[in-house]
Amino acid sequence: MTSAARKMPSGIRSWSDGRVLKEAVRRYELITIGCSMGGMHALQVIFETLPKDFAVPIAVVQHRYKTSNEGLPQFLRRHSQLDVVDTLDKQWIKPGTVYLAPANYHLLVERGELSLSVDEKVEYSRPSIDVMFESAALAYGPAVVGVVLTGANADGARGAALIKKRGGFVIAQDPKTAESPVMPQATIDGTRVDRILPLDRIGPFLIELCRSSNP
Amino acid sequence: MANEPAAILDEQTRADLEQIEIRLLTEGIYQHYGFDFRDYSLPSLRRRIWKRVYAEGLSTISGLIEKVLHDPQSMERLLLDLSINTTAMFRDPTFYLTFRQKVVPVLRTYPFVRIWHAGCSTGEEVYSMAILLQEEGLYDRCRIYATDINEAVLQKAKSGIFPLSTMQENTSNYITAGGNGTFSDYYTARYDYAIFRPSLRENVVFAQHNLVTDASFNHFNVIFCRNVLIYFNNALQDRVQELFLQSMEMFGILGLGKKESIKFTSVADRYEDVDTEEKLYRRIR
Repeated sequence: MTSAARKMPSGIRSWSDGRVLKEAVRRYELITIGCSMGGMHALQVIFETLPKDFAVPIAVVQHRYKTSNEGLPQFLRRHSQLDVVDTLDKQWIKPGTVYLAPANYHLLVERGELSLSVDEKVEYSRPSIDVMFESAALAYGPAVVGVVLTGANADGARGAALIKKRGGFVIAQDPKTAESPVMPQATIDGTRVDRILPLDRIGPFLIELCRSSNP
Repeated sequence: MANEPAAILDEQTRADLEQIEIRLLTEGIYQHYGFDFRDYSLPSLRRRIWKRVYAEGLSTISGLIEKVLHDPQSMERLLLDLSINTTAMFRDPTFYLTFRQKVVPVLRTYPFVRIWHAGCSTGEEVYSMAILLQEEGLYDRCRIYATDINEAVLQKAKSGIFPLSTMQENTSNYITAGGNGTFSDYYTARYDYAIFRPSLRENVVFAQHNLVTDASFNHFNVIFCRNVLIYFNNALQDRVQELFLQSMEMFGILGLGKKESIKFTSVADRYEDVDTEEKLYRRIR
C-alpha cells in the first residue's frame, strides 16, 4: 500500500477538494481494555454480557502481581463465552478471543499480532495500559476501541488520548460505578472521551458499537 | 466523530514519517556500526528510541540519527537502551525447578555438557545456572558460554557483583527453584553489593556475540535464550531459531522465556515439548 493511500480517511469524499462528505461505516477491529484495582469484577461483568459470536478480538491489561499465574485467565474463562488466553509473544490476533497481558510483561499490539516486552515498568506498572493503548493506536488507528475501567492510578489516560488523536473510540467507565474511580476519572480529565458509561452498560454498548464490525 | 478528518490525516502522516525515521536510523546504525536492529519488533523498539531521543535532549528521531552517527558515545548509550533487559536470579523459578527435575537427570548421563546462554545480559541467570549445576554435582563437567551483544553488560556479568537490594527476591526465587543449600553461602555482602563466589564462573566463558549478525560457534547440549527473542520480529526470530538449530546437538534442550513459544517459528517441527508450561524443548530431528 502506498503511504498516500493509507492517508485517506475512508468515506465519500468531495472530488473537488477531498473533503469527507459522509463518513464510511466504521469497522472496529480491536478492543483494548485497561483496568487495575477492582478490575476482576469489572471484567467479569463485561464479559458475561458478550455473546459467543462476538467477533472483535479484545486485548486486556489488568494490573496483576508479577508472580500471578493462571488465576486471572481461569477466572475470566468461567465468566466468558469467548476464548480467553494468557498471551504468548507473537501470537496472532484472532476473532472471538480475549488476550490477557501476562503478569510482569508489557503487551504491545502490532498489526495482526501481539508482542511482549520486559522493558522497565511505566509509572510503576508492567503490564502498562498506556503501553498497550499507544501501540494499538499506532497499529490500528481509527479501528481501535479503548476502554478504561476501575483503578487507583492514572495508567491509561495518556494512551487513551493517543487513541483519540489517531481517530479511535474511547469509553470510560462512569467513575461513580467504579470500585476505584481514579483511573477512569484521569482519562475523562485528560481526553474528550466518546462515552462515559456505567459498568453494566459497557458490554451491551460494545455489542452495539461492533455490530457493523462483526462479519 | 470528535476528530476532524484533517487531524487524523496529520496523525497518520506523522506516524508514517516516524516509521521512515526509524528505518533510516536502524539502517544508518547497521551500515556505520554493524549493529543490526532493522528486524527488531517495532513497538518496543520505537519506545526505546524515543526514550533515548528525550534523554539526549532532542525532539525528533531524525535528530538522533545525526547524533549517533557522528558521536560514538551517544551510540553506546543508545546501545544500552536497546539491549538491556530486566533480569533476576532464578527468574521464573519454576523454570529452574523443572530444569532440575526433567533435564538434569539426562545431563547426568553425558560425559561433558556444553551450555550456551544467549543474550545473558548482566549474568544473573548464568550464575543461577552455575549454582544449580554445582548443587547437582554436575558443574565440573559443564562449560557455559554466556554471550550478549553488549560489552558493557558482559563486564557486569563477569564481575559477579550484584546489588544487595535484589538479594531478597533472589533468595525467594532460589528457594522456589528447588535450591537445596543456603543462598547467602554463594555470596559475600560488601556495602550495598553481593559479591558472588568466583568458583561459580570458573567454567563460564563470557563473550560478545550478536545473534542477529554472528554465526554459530559451537555445538551445545543446552541453549537458553530467555526474553530476548520477544524483541525481534517474526522473520528475525526464525533466523535466530535456525542459528540455534545449527548450534544444537541432537536431543539438545532449548529453554525460552515463559511467554515465548517455538510454535510460531519455522523450526517448530524440529523440537518436542519437555515441559509445555515452562517452554523447555528437546531437539528431535
